[in-house]
Amino acid sequence: MAVLIFLLQTIRIAIPYLFAASGGVVAERAGVVSLTLEGFMLSGAFCATLGSYYSGSAWVGLLCGAAGGLLMGLLHAVASIRYKADQIVVGIAINLLVVGVTRFFLHLAFDSSSNSPRVPGFGGENAGSGLAALASNPLVWLGLILVPVMGWLIYRTPFGLRVRAVGEHPLAAESVGVPVARVRYLAVTLSGVLASLGGAYLALDQHQFTDQMTAGRGYVALAAVIFGRWDPIRAGIACLFFAAAETLQIQLQGLEAIPSQFVSMIPYALTIIALAGIVGRSVPPAALGRAED
Amino acid sequence: MSTAVQQTPPAAPETKSGPSHSALRGRLEETLLPPIVAILAAMVVGDLLILSFGQSPGSVYRLLLEGTWGNAYGFGQVLYKTTTLTFTGLAVALALRAGLFNIGAEGQLAAGGFMAAVVGLLLPAGVPGLIAVPICLVAAALGGGVVGAVPGALKARFGAHEVIVTIMLNFIVLALLNWIIAAHLHVPETLHTPDIHTGAVSRLGGPFTGSASNWIILLAVATAAAVWFYLFRTRRGYELRAVGLQPDAAEYAGVRVGGVWMRAMAVSGALAGLGGVNFVLGYKHYYEDGFAGGSGFLGIAVALVGRNDPVGVVLAALFFATLSQGGLAINAVVPKQMVEVLQGVVILAVAIAVPEVRRLLRTRARRA
Repeated sequence: MAVLIFLLQTIRIAIPYLFAASGGVVAERAGVVSLTLEGFMLSGAFCATLGSYYSGSAWVGLLCGAAGGLLMGLLHAVASIRYKADQIVVGIAINLLVVGVTRFFLHLAFDSSSNSPRVPGFGGENAGSGLAALASNPLVWLGLILVPVMGWLIYRTPFGLRVRAVGEHPLAAESVGVPVARVRYLAVTLSGVLASLGGAYLALDQHQFTDQMTAGRGYVALAAVIFGRWDPIRAGIACLFFAAAETLQIQLQGLEAIPSQFVSMIPYALTIIALAGIVGRSVPPAALGRAED
Repeated sequence: MSTAVQQTPPAAPETKSGPSHSALRGRLEETLLPPIVAILAAMVVGDLLILSFGQSPGSVYRLLLEGTWGNAYGFGQVLYKTTTLTFTGLAVALALRAGLFNIGAEGQLAAGGFMAAVVGLLLPAGVPGLIAVPICLVAAALGGGVVGAVPGALKARFGAHEVIVTIMLNFIVLALLNWIIAAHLHVPETLHTPDIHTGAVSRLGGPFTGSASNWIILLAVATAAAVWFYLFRTRRGYELRAVGLQPDAAEYAGVRVGGVWMRAMAVSGALAGLGGVNFVLGYKHYYEDGFAGGSGFLGIAVALVGRNDPVGVVLAALFFATLSQGGLAINAVVPKQMVEVLQGVVILAVAIAVPEVRRLLRTRARRA
């Protein structure tokens, strides 16, 4: 029983990471830096809350959340591909912008500086957090299926081949007729939609939007992308691993064995170790962050 | 990715007016474009937000100016915020001059403030300020410098990208400090340390009485001057800029690029760390969890709008501090979160428009 509870909670925590990390893999493999995952998630959470609140349907909320991510993804794509602005600066700007915009419109829509009213989610009002609630949430299934689907998309489809080509060697890709800018636009927009679904899951699962509710999850997802060496399957496993560590910390809270702050450091510390190449070097796509190519 | 935000040398469009004139024009474009773009973008989006709240832009802007530059208390608060932002802006700018993107100023700022507070608590109360303050300053610079040196060393030794390492290090440092405070050092019922025994810096008196502004602002201005001197008048500063413009060429010329990266990140971290004393020594006289409150991230905006130039950084810090204090001034009419939106818009607009506008000007000049 304890094992089952542990597994369920791990999956519940991992879902937003899986969505965001999948988005991060696509964009970064296409050569565009994904610091924006955090902003994508937050905009997804906010738009999903708005949609669900005004329509009364979690499905409409889901669509609105995806639309929010699409919009932010487009903004990121236009700034960094069309205008060749520095991708890191754009990423930080969008993350700051989304925090401000969601706070401002939280005031405008709900006259609150902290949270929205309760909104409908998937699986009824008192679904709780057990197996039934988890299984009745379509986003859980979507998130779990997403990992193999992304593996297939990146390695087994023409689109995936193009994404990898423009991320490794855009000039070579261009010389054989791959529309570099268009592939990158698609990849970044897709990454916005995917990451925003992770945010929508958070908001609909908690039945409300709270200020800065993503709380750095986008950066954990980015950590998973790097720790997973830009591979969709490995990144997915990294997400599950980070989520398991968090679950362990929550369940050990009563014992006060390890301070929660140290558990929260795990993804970040592992990423630094992976980047430094102490255990298996993480090598980014060759053209990552270079818009001028 | 290693050439994040390039310091493109002033674009010198070939015009008939001669090389010196066009170089001057390039310099002017270089320095004036970012602030103009920043203010225009902020005003357009600001108007839209104010209208969406059913208020009149003119009266809101008047309120914003009255609450910041219109009275001594408000201006004192602006000066206080300018001080911290000057330090974090200088930190980001110095690293960018070396071609490195320091996104870790937030954690370095917190570490610096924490170290200053720890030293202020360890020193006995009898130590005079003339001795205690410099020791606290050194501690703050060391705290931030060590946090900054780590990504520098990892980059020099293993090629680990400094952007990711500094981001991840922010979370680690902030979590570590949070644990130290929450588990060991806090005054019950709060998340801050006890008051430091010595090392406090007095507030600005006169008309500014009551505001948080303090004498650390002089240190901020002096530090900006020192950074200018270091970058443009010393050999090490020259090496640093050479590495930032073209690391391979610098290496060929005999510069140890890895060493320059480490030094630049350590100095950058130390600058951000010094910013912590504005809060700890100058304002509250204790370290409080979360006091950095985004000033480290805003340092990126400050460096960007200030074009990585120490004088530009001070002016950009003043601009962002005005915006931030202005949010509080208009809060009764329009939610103060409006300025957070504007900060994001300003960074985005400058990042997009500056390279784009410069390209346009260059092609136009070529056609002429």
